[in-house]
Amino acid sequence: MLKIKNINTYYGKVHALKNVSLHLRAGEIVTLIGANGAGKTTLLNSLSCIVQVASGEILFAGEAISNLAPSQIVRLGISQVPEGRQVFKPLSVEDNLELGAYQHYSSKAGRLEAKNTAAMIYDLFPILHKRRKQLAGTLSGGEQQMLSVGRALMAKPKLLLLDEPSMGLAPMIVQEIFRVIENLSQEKKTTILLVEQNARAALKMAHRGYVLETGKVLLEGTAAELLENKDVQRAYLGRDKKEIWER
Amino acid sequence: MNNIWDPTHECMSRDELEQLQLERLQATINRVHKNVTHYRKKFAEPGILPDDIRSLTDLTKLPFTSKEDLRINYPYGMFAVPLREVVRIHSSSGTTSKPIVVGYTKNDIRIWSNLVARFMTAAGVTHDDLVQIAFSYGLFTGAFGVHYGAEVIGASVIPMGTGNTEKQIMIMQDYKTTVLVSTPSYALQLASRIREAGIDPHTLSLKFGLFGGEPWSERMRREIESSLGLSATDNYGLSEVIGPGIAGECQCKNGMHIYEDSFIPEIIDPQSGALLPPGSPGELVLTTLNKEAFPMIRYRTGDITSLDYSPCSCGRTLVRMQRVVRRSDDMLIIRGINVYPSQVEEAIVRVAGSDAPYQIVVERQGAMDSLEVIIEVTSKIFSLELQKQRSFLETLKKRIGSVTGIGVSIKLVEANSLPRTEGRINKVMDKRQI
Repeated sequence: MLKIKNINTYYGKVHALKNVSLHLRAGEIVTLIGANGAGKTTLLNSLSCIVQVASGEILFAGEAISNLAPSQIVRLGISQVPEGRQVFKPLSVEDNLELGAYQHYSSKAGRLEAKNTAAMIYDLFPILHKRRKQLAGTLSGGEQQMLSVGRALMAKPKLLLLDEPSMGLAPMIVQEIFRVIENLSQEKKTTILLVEQNARAALKMAHRGYVLETGKVLLEGTAAELLENKDVQRAYLGRDKKEIWER
Repeated sequence: MNNIWDPTHECMSRDELEQLQLERLQATINRVHKNVTHYRKKFAEPGILPDDIRSLTDLTKLPFTSKEDLRINYPYGMFAVPLREVVRIHSSSGTTSKPIVVGYTKNDIRIWSNLVARFMTAAGVTHDDLVQIAFSYGLFTGAFGVHYGAEVIGASVIPMGTGNTEKQIMIMQDYKTTVLVSTPSYALQLASRIREAGIDPHTLSLKFGLFGGEPWSERMRREIESSLGLSATDNYGLSEVIGPGIAGECQCKNGMHIYEDSFIPEIIDPQSGALLPPGSPGELVLTTLNKEAFPMIRYRTGDITSLDYSPCSCGRTLVRMQRVVRRSDDMLIIRGINVYPSQVEEAIVRVAGSDAPYQIVVERQGAMDSLEVIIEVTSKIFSLELQKQRSFLETLKKRIGSVTGIGVSIKLVEANSLPRTEGRINKVMDKRQI
């Protein structure tokens, strides 16, 4: 459903993505693994057109989408959950979610649909329903992350881009977020591109993965293959350390 | 989907396949550029950087890798991972006395097993089968590759090894072997022994035969199928690239499907190195796409074949290669073992202490290939006492045997008695009719 060929992205003179090619089949969870600065977030931002790509081809469902406006990307069915959650802190939970469906608000049908979607998200994260009148800034980190995911889902994406959803969260919360992601993939058949600092947990959930190093793809493989790869083990998995919340 | 081990990768659309190939090619090039000095240097000669590979056709910008490159980098120079990550080492014969060393990581073994499982499944093998492997276990890749593939499928493996034909037949009868894996010539030898022993081949349980490791023909296929009462398929592989599991026939028996998600095939003119269009015969060049320990970029196999991209009725979308019957170099395949005339020459020079005119004669008696080395008596050899002459022959025989891995016979003839054309001896006489 998504096909990227040879994209190059620059930050000023810094060549952040070098000839990156990648694909996602419908329904897949694919994870990007790499150290800080490898280009993982840049790749997500290039996809959602938050940053411009200098060259290369991005095809989504057969359509070229590079360098469109981010709002068009959302309309096409790609939503991003940004790193560090980025909820609108002075707004209520409800309003945050509504903003996620901003694109649909021009029509009555759209508004009705957004209401149904919000109900679905409250089912997914019951805690958000409880807090719906509360200001987002008063939520805990975990709750803000759930809100951030929920807000992205309000646009009913076909492809969800997740940037470090577990960052800075307590193990129990991470477990819950991951459970929801897995659920989205299995039941809603949402295609997911996941960037995650906890590579082991990401690979356990993902079907396939790509290893990025200084802006280049060094390895493509099934999650099982990457878990076995010694380079991946050494650099990104930590020897045999397991987080307590891992299954 | 019947008889397809990995439908996702064996039945991809061209478009999907090419995307996957491009991604894996770029990743492989990035890896070898980072980890293998040889490739970094080789790419630098024409001034190629990994970033220059933007499409599959850009592959042609990269230099070929030859057997000579592997020899220069003996033993571990071509490895793309540290040795501690290698879980298996195999080797194959090189053009000189030094063999070629190849390594596998855990993932490589897993990928290899599944590639072999593809052609075994395509041939008809299932988890209900009993697979008798009559390849040599050891440094050669053949036996282990098929062994792993059969295990992945869940079939029962009988790791028989080569030779001991009587015992092979006994096991085949008593254990009720359903699948025979061997060289085609050994299958014929087994068939003739079975006939001699008065055993009706239809009392055997054989269903499928998977043959590879040496050139064979449709005539041999018919002979094997009728004399052993099984369905015979061809498969292709070479140790430098992975071993068996590069390509294999489906039940249409009309060319071997190359597993293009793991290997990119090209056909070149062996003289000029120019890329040839699909369908024309030429030398097969292979690039690996998902090997970790021993990636190969544009390896010249020396095998002459042609590629057929037309759809196959089995449902696989993978390209098919024709059976290999010729080589672009002087390599001989004797009983599944690769032999280079240069290896024999080197042994003669080493043992005789000087150059001696010689000729290698390859013959096939029944199904067995034999190799005879005929040496003209030089004054140096002639001056030896009879005793020493005999020990010279013994030493030489052992030397050739240890370098090439096959037994040979040696004959001394009078000086100037070997036939010469324009004053030169034809060093190799291959009298086999395959």
